[in-house]
Amino acid sequence: MNTLTLWFHKFGSPPVFHRIAVRLAPWLFGIAVVSGLAALYGGLVAAPADYQQSDAYRIIFIHVPCAWMSLFAYFFMAANAFIALVWRIKISEILAMASAPVGAIFTAITLATGSIWGKPMWGTWWTWDARLTSELVLLFLYLGVIGLYNAIEDRRQAARAAAFLALVGIVNVPIVHFSVNWWNTLHQGSTVRLLGPSRIDESMLWPLLLMALATHVWFFASVLVRARVSLVELEGGKEWARQIALGKGEPA
Amino acid sequence: MTPTRKRRLMLVGLILLAVGTATALTVLALQQNMTYLYTPSEILAGKVPAGARFRIGGMVKEHSVERGQSLTVGFVVTDGDGDMRVEYEGILPDLFREKQSVIATGEMQDGHFVATEVLAKHDENYVPRDVAEAMQKAHRKHSVPETADQPAQ
Repeated sequence: MNTLTLWFHKFGSPPVFHRIAVRLAPWLFGIAVVSGLAALYGGLVAAPADYQQSDAYRIIFIHVPCAWMSLFAYFFMAANAFIALVWRIKISEILAMASAPVGAIFTAITLATGSIWGKPMWGTWWTWDARLTSELVLLFLYLGVIGLYNAIEDRRQAARAAAFLALVGIVNVPIVHFSVNWWNTLHQGSTVRLLGPSRIDESMLWPLLLMALATHVWFFASVLVRARVSLVELEGGKEWARQIALGKGEPA
Repeated sequence: MTPTRKRRLMLVGLILLAVGTATALTVLALQQNMTYLYTPSEILAGKVPAGARFRIGGMVKEHSVERGQSLTVGFVVTDGDGDMRVEYEGILPDLFREKQSVIATGEMQDGHFVATEVLAKHDENYVPRDVAEAMQKAHRKHSVPETADQPAQ
């Protein structure tokens, strides 16, 4: 076995995962809070007002990073669902199910901030255009995964059923992303592009990217904590979990 | 990889392929049928069924906005190829102005469009105000035609 597969197997072992999660989570939360606050300062104070929307555009620093996270979290969930379905790795099942509520919250924030932004700028809270509708479908997919997972008693069977739904729902992710190119929508096209120059001034871009970093790190911190708790629940009868519960500390 | 895993991988892969193909076909079909809005030239070409409520989208033509009694307002929406007169009574969004993209919902009456809702569409460009002003100055100096919509070109 080479080092990578060895590492993979080690990370997939519940006690090792638990130990890593316990150590990593506070650091990740710390990084997320510090970079998030810096990005908020950059976006709300340091960045100049927009020529068209003046100060109202500043909601972009919440709306866009959360929208990116809603797609990223879904991708992460579906990738883990795929591993869970094919290789039946316990940690992947747990990671997939742990990321669903976090992704759902990011999606809800995206929809709410978009609505608040849309009223003064577009003139409406909501319209059934392709981008808004597909993002709403994304929220329902998250809720469906969460609901299905909680509807079945056996935890592992529940995770597998919900993983299947999560995996099938991945088709919606490219639809959300490309909806503004494929159809005539009220929502404008992408501002920040990986290929080609971004349509935003650099003084406004850096807080946006910093906030994106903060939300990504927060996502992983949150998922690690959630996954750790459900892991201990699932493995409650095992020796390593009992030792933690009895306060004897982590087994070596 | 064990045979069981290989079989599961194949199964999951096939399901993903099937779902992906189904979605791609749906999206392709919707691209032709699902129109959020019609442009003025499409309306003039008769692509809109008669008596239907629909959305018109385009740019507000320069010097075409006429404000009437109280909140009534009339303006011309253009897509470059065709113009359409739009009548509206109500509060316009903050971003509404000449040379701004708008989307209006309503129906045709006597050759012009009567809107019940007017939405302003904004673009994906974000520019600080002083940079935008400096760019417009430079544009005027070099007599580049101004486009309020795309200053960051």
